Amino acid sequence: MSTALDLRDDRGGPAQPMLIADNLRKHFPIAGGGAVRAVDGVSFTVAKGETLGVVGESGCGKSTLARLLLHLIVPDAGELVFDGEAVGDPGGIDLMDLRRQAQMVFQDSASSLNPRMPVRDSVAFGPLVLGRSRRQAAAEADETLRRVGLDPVQFGPRYPHELSGGQKQRVNIARALALQPRLVILDEAVSALDKSVEAQVLNLLATLKRQLGLTYVFISHDLAVVQHVSDRVLVMYLGCVAESGPAADVFATPLHPYTRALLASRLSMNPDRRVEQAPIGGDPPSPANPPSGCRFRTRCPHAEDVCAAAVPAPPNWIGHQAACHMLHPGSGHSAAPAAAGAPG
Amino acid sequence: MTPLAELDDLNVRFGRGTDATHAVRGVSLHVMPGEVVCLLGESGSGKSVSMRALMRLLPPQTAITGGVRVEGQDVTRMSGKALRNLRGGQAAMVFQEPMTALDPVYTIGQQIGESVQRHLGVGRSAARARALEVLELVRVPDAARRLDAYPHQLSGGLRQRVVIAMALACRPKLLLADEPTTALDATVQIQILVLLRALQRELGMGMVIVTHDLGVAAEVADRVAVMYAGQIVEQGSVRDVLNAPQHPYTRGLLASVVRQGGAEIQAIPGAPPDLRRPPPGCAFAPRCPWAIEPCHAAIPEERLVGPGRTARCIRVGEQLAA
Repeated sequence: MSTALDLRDDRGGPAQPMLIADNLRKHFPIAGGGAVRAVDGVSFTVAKGETLGVVGESGCGKSTLARLLLHLIVPDAGELVFDGEAVGDPGGIDLMDLRRQAQMVFQDSASSLNPRMPVRDSVAFGPLVLGRSRRQAAAEADETLRRVGLDPVQFGPRYPHELSGGQKQRVNIARALALQPRLVILDEAVSALDKSVEAQVLNLLATLKRQLGLTYVFISHDLAVVQHVSDRVLVMYLGCVAESGPAADVFATPLHPYTRALLASRLSMNPDRRVEQAPIGGDPPSPANPPSGCRFRTRCPHAEDVCAAAVPAPPNWIGHQAACHMLHPGSGHSAAPAAAGAPG
Repeated sequence: MTPLAELDDLNVRFGRGTDATHAVRGVSLHVMPGEVVCLLGESGSGKSVSMRALMRLLPPQTAITGGVRVEGQDVTRMSGKALRNLRGGQAAMVFQEPMTALDPVYTIGQQIGESVQRHLGVGRSAARARALEVLELVRVPDAARRLDAYPHQLSGGLRQRVVIAMALACRPKLLLADEPTTALDATVQIQILVLLRALQRELGMGMVIVTHDLGVAAEVADRVAVMYAGQIVEQGSVRDVLNAPQHPYTRGLLASVVRQGGAEIQAIPGAPPDLRRPPPGCAFAPRCPWAIEPCHAAIPEERLVGPGRTARCIRVGEQLAA
């Protein structure tokens, strides 16, 4: 197994983003009319070697987004470009090739492993499908297991039910890495783990990224974890991007009222500085029937008429931006800056 | 003052023979009236089992020894009427997953009303009035309309408020909550924690909250009992335990909290022991950076390390380098 980025695969060169998503949309029709607008116009880029954190609450579309990125579900609209090659386009990247170079780790470590397959076979499965000999695939599986901190002699022959949650998740990571991918999508990969195990797995992911030159899309509802792992952050709310930017900026100076509420909802960890009042009330509304205009307006303390009337411009690919009328000059919101040419 | 609830050297074993799991291994804990105690621990540490023992909710074939008392009454000897009176009357429970805790085919009003009718012996209309009262108590907006709603018509946060309302309907003195906010979104979790704290104060209840989340304990607890491998390894006021942890496991847990900046997290190596075959000594010793030979030999006694503060470690009090 190569320890550095396999250069044969780096088709676009270092300046080409690993992934570009442009206005991705996925609606799931509901029997009897209407649709769940799970992902509704999401754009972002992921540079090579960086970790993009995607954070949001249930129903914000983050898992649908993960599946769109691997083309496990087909977007209704929008474009996806993997290292310069279009995905889902006859002239673009072959899907088999995409799924070798981009792999996924799911939240539920138990249900994502075949209960009737020993761990070594699970990890060797991908290489086998890609045409390795049985012996070679098993050897690669052992090497990968060692990489994730599992002794192949001890753990290789075991079945998933003989492993702890943390060990199972290590196997899932090994299985994703067995194909020597360049992009790994981690969909709530540490959320089901106990805190002490979560810390171990996060450390492992950081080490693997460094050793193998990986790029991560790290999806989580846990702000602390996202802050810890991410270079850039995408904050999602009801299928749309509320805010995006460098992680340090988003966490230090959140622009969107939703991001501010999320950050203020974090538990204090200090009995002398307890949260006295919940920053916002209510639950996120249903993505089947999102509010008009800005989707956060029903819970936003700053909502005005314009917020119901017009959809705020979504964040662009670069810099630190938020989809909020208060930030856009001339939007009609009383808190918006004057329209005198200042960029939004 | 007699404790509101008390566990005295509780031992719980599931299964038989060599495969029996010793889930709770000598837990002693008391909850005073009006006090909020957090049982803090990871999965399999025995925190939920200990709490369920208080309501005698463990399966009948479970081997339980030790004392379990609520308001001075021996729960292990209760039967029939006394037990029914305990569950939902003296003590009530809030579960983690609000969807499965509610019956999908009955309206909110019917479900809350049912326990009110049974425990308070009132008629249907009085029960409905009480249901409305508690829905308003837990700040459900538009409560009168929600009485006739079915669980699936409510959001996750509202459902959990309904579950809490149901628990409070018969004015329990003790509220037990098992991971009450774990299934909720961040912005909703804090709403529910703030609500639980306010209700506890308004109603003067004793409360036991089971959680794996240090942050939840920091937000609501007066006192914390940290559990590991079926034992309480450290106990004390929430300030003491979080600010100056004594037991190496608690110290490790606090150090492994994810911090900003991407630096290596100080994870506790290894994993908890298999409780089918617990180690003869301190259960944490195999993972403990400060373990010495005697740690592996015998289970450490709970030591008093301050007023109301205990730790199950033979090395507490020594200066241990971090």
